[in-house]
Parts: sequence; C-alpha cells; structure tokens
Amino acid sequence: MALTKFNFNSFDLTTAASKGLAFNSSANGFETAVEGSMTLIKTLTASSSATLSFVDGSSSVVLDNTYPVYLFKYINIHPATDSTNFSFQANASGGSGYNETITSTYFKAEHDEGDSATALSYDTDFDQAQGTGFQTLVGGLGNGNDESASGQLYLFNPSSTTFVKHFFGVSQYYHKSNYSNSHRAGGYFNTTSAIDEIQFKMSSGNIDAGTIKLYGIKDS
Amino acid sequence: MALNKLKFNSLNVTPTAGKAIGFNSSADGLEATLSGGAMRFIKKLTASSSATLSFVNGSSDVVLDSTYKEYIFVFNNIHAATNRAQLTAGFRDGSTNYDATVTNTYFYSYNNEDDSGAGIGYATGGDLAQSTNFSNIGTALDNSNDACYVGYLHLFNPSSTTFVKHFIVRGNSSYITSGGTVASEEVYAAGYCNVTAAIDAVQFKLSSGNIDAGTITLYGIN
Repeated sequence: MALTKFNFNSFDLTTAASKGLAFNSSANGFETAVEGSMTLIKTLTASSSATLSFVDGSSSVVLDNTYPVYLFKYINIHPATDSTNFSFQANASGGSGYNETITSTYFKAEHDEGDSATALSYDTDFDQAQGTGFQTLVGGLGNGNDESASGQLYLFNPSSTTFVKHFFGVSQYYHKSNYSNSHRAGGYFNTTSAIDEIQFKMSSGNIDAGTIKLYGIKDS
Repeated sequence: MALNKLKFNSLNVTPTAGKAIGFNSSADGLEATLSGGAMRFIKKLTASSSATLSFVNGSSDVVLDSTYKEYIFVFNNIHAATNRAQLTAGFRDGSTNYDATVTNTYFYSYNNEDDSGAGIGYATGGDLAQSTNFSNIGTALDNSNDACYVGYLHLFNPSSTTFVKHFIVRGNSSYITSGGTVASEEVYAAGYCNVTAAIDAVQFKLSSGNIDAGTITLYGIN
C-alpha cells in the first residue's frame, strides 16, 4: 500500500513562513502558532574551562542584529580556585582580543551566615572608568564543593554602529567568607563598533563547572 | 476540482485551544501541548522625534488588560533630543489622562568616565509620594550621538480592580552632569499606582524635549 504524506499545503489555513501549526482559540480550526519572544540560542557547559566564548557565526551562536536584546544566564558557576572573580568582556566585529573600553558601576549587598555582618555598598574594586579589562560580575567567589554563583546579564543592541552598547547584570553567589552576596554590575562598551563576541572567564584559574545560556529576545 | 484541506479535527490528537501541534515524547504520536514560550511580543513603538510613545489597550494591536498578569516594556537605544532629559512613564487609570497616583522609590549607581567619582545613592528628586506626575524611570541623558538609555519596566497585573499596581524598573544610561561630566549610571525605580482601577494605558515621554530615536517594546508574560 502506498503511504500518503501530507504536504505543507494540506492543512486548512494560510501558510506562513517559519510558523508552526496550532489550534485556534476556539479549538475548532487551525491557525499559525504564536511564538515566544525569548529564544534559546546556545548553552555552553564548563568543564575545567579557561574561558567560555560566544562568537557570532560560530558553533550556532547568533550575536548580531537578529535580536535587539540578548540575555545570558549563568548557573552554578564553580571556580577551580578559591576567591576568584567571574567576569566577561567583548570583542568588536573585526577586532582582535577581548578588550573593549568599558565604563561601569558595581555595588553589592552582603550578609554573613553568622548574622554578624550586613552591608550595602559601592565597590570601586570592580567598576571601570574607560577600562579595557574584563568586567567583574561576581567578586570573591568561593570554591567549596557546594559553592557557586548564578545570575543573568542583559546586553542591549550589540550590533548597533550608532550607539554605545549597554549591559547590566545581577548575580547571587556564595562568597568565599561564607556570605550570601548579591552583586549588580551595569555599564556600557564605549564603542560604536558592533559587538559580536562575548567571553566569560575567572580572574584566576579555570571555570571548574557551570552553565552559561544565551537567549535572544525579539521585538517583532 | 475542489481542493480538500485537512480540517482541525482531521488529526489524531484532541484539539486544544491555542496550543500548537507537536510530536509526543516518544515520537510515535501527536500532541497539542506546545505553547511557544511564555514571553509574547505585543507591540513595538519606534521613536522619531516623538513627544510621547503610548501603549493603549485595544488600540493599534496593543493588549494591556487581563490577558497577562505581567507586562514588560523594554526600552532600547532611547536617544534624547535635549541634553539632560529624563525618561518618564505615566499610567492611565480610567480617564484619558496619564495621571494615576504613584508612590515609588528611586536609587542609582554611577561611575564617571574620567574616574572622578562613583557611588550609589537614593534620589529624593527622582521619587514620587502620592503624586499624579509622571514617574522618573531614567536619569539625565547625555544627548551625544552615541549616547542612549536602555532598560525595562515590569508592570504587574494592571487589570486588577482589587490591588494597587506595582512596577519595577532597571536601566542603564549614558548620564551627563550639569557640568558636562559623562558617566555610566544605573537606575533602579520601583513603586505602585495607588489605585484599584485598572491601568489600561502607559505613556512614555522625556522630561523635556522629544524622544529623538529608540524603541519601546511591550511583551506579555504568561
């Protein structure tokens, strides 16, 4: 018996490029499926990794004008070395090296497990004023077996060739001195060149374990 | 010859309103469980020397009602025509005016490009206490060609007629002082519209001058 396959135009709806097939709101007909606005682009998993890099056009990474907003989520970042900083930098399109000029702010809230110390303060150790170093997202991360950092980092319109490229992140982590720390970094890459590469690394030693996910958020 | 198209009930799956059709977890059947993600694009407005950008429920495809419990406005590359203008937001609660009463907080973190100053602080000049004015959701913007403001505003359950309507803002700006010093400044604003009437429209404008360029995009969160 011949097997009949249904083709794209076999269904009772108007076809639309790159859309899925769904039941309508009355469940009595077909419609093109409504897509979510946030798309997972790439997941990188550290395994004693010196760096984790998201490079547009490489390994299925998209970091261009496809999306106006990108979101990195880092989950259970565990350093090989105690008391190190988790950080990131960018490389502009056509450039070499992760060394773009950054002006940024950095502040933190902290509370120790012994309930003897709390603080909310600006940290000049981790901000940059037209610096080209890696931008700290997490400062003083512990490397005990159960210690790690998680958080997220927004990057806005990295493909713009008109504006500087703003970012901001929030991290929650286990500080080396047995504190719960919540750190916030924000700033901009002070360049009008497009940013198409982002790299994460520790200030010393490897990223022993952890996951970084890159999402794109569309605006259409 | 009439063309026979497959109807919604032609497939071996129970139709479910608003669900997409996919293969099941065993890849041996169909199911109607895919939802396409929880974050849904609703509307993008693009500024072009615009005095205001307004999202009005029921107008121009804008949805801002009980369809979603949470809405997110994402502002991207907001560029001011006038130096030191601040982005503001007004909320409409039943009339035609954006004058819902707001009480909110406002604090910031800054660092000058020339490394001459940095810190965090609460800005009493940026907050409101039972005011019908527009809320500051951004700082004094540098209007240089490459300077702009980005961030988001979360608005929770605007259609509630029981509770006040909370919102949370985070943004990062190219800030400029009155003396011309340029800085990166993060803005944290949060508060509530102290009304039990539904909020059905939100308007954005600068404290002075037009929004020269930029986009504000509205999403609904399922």
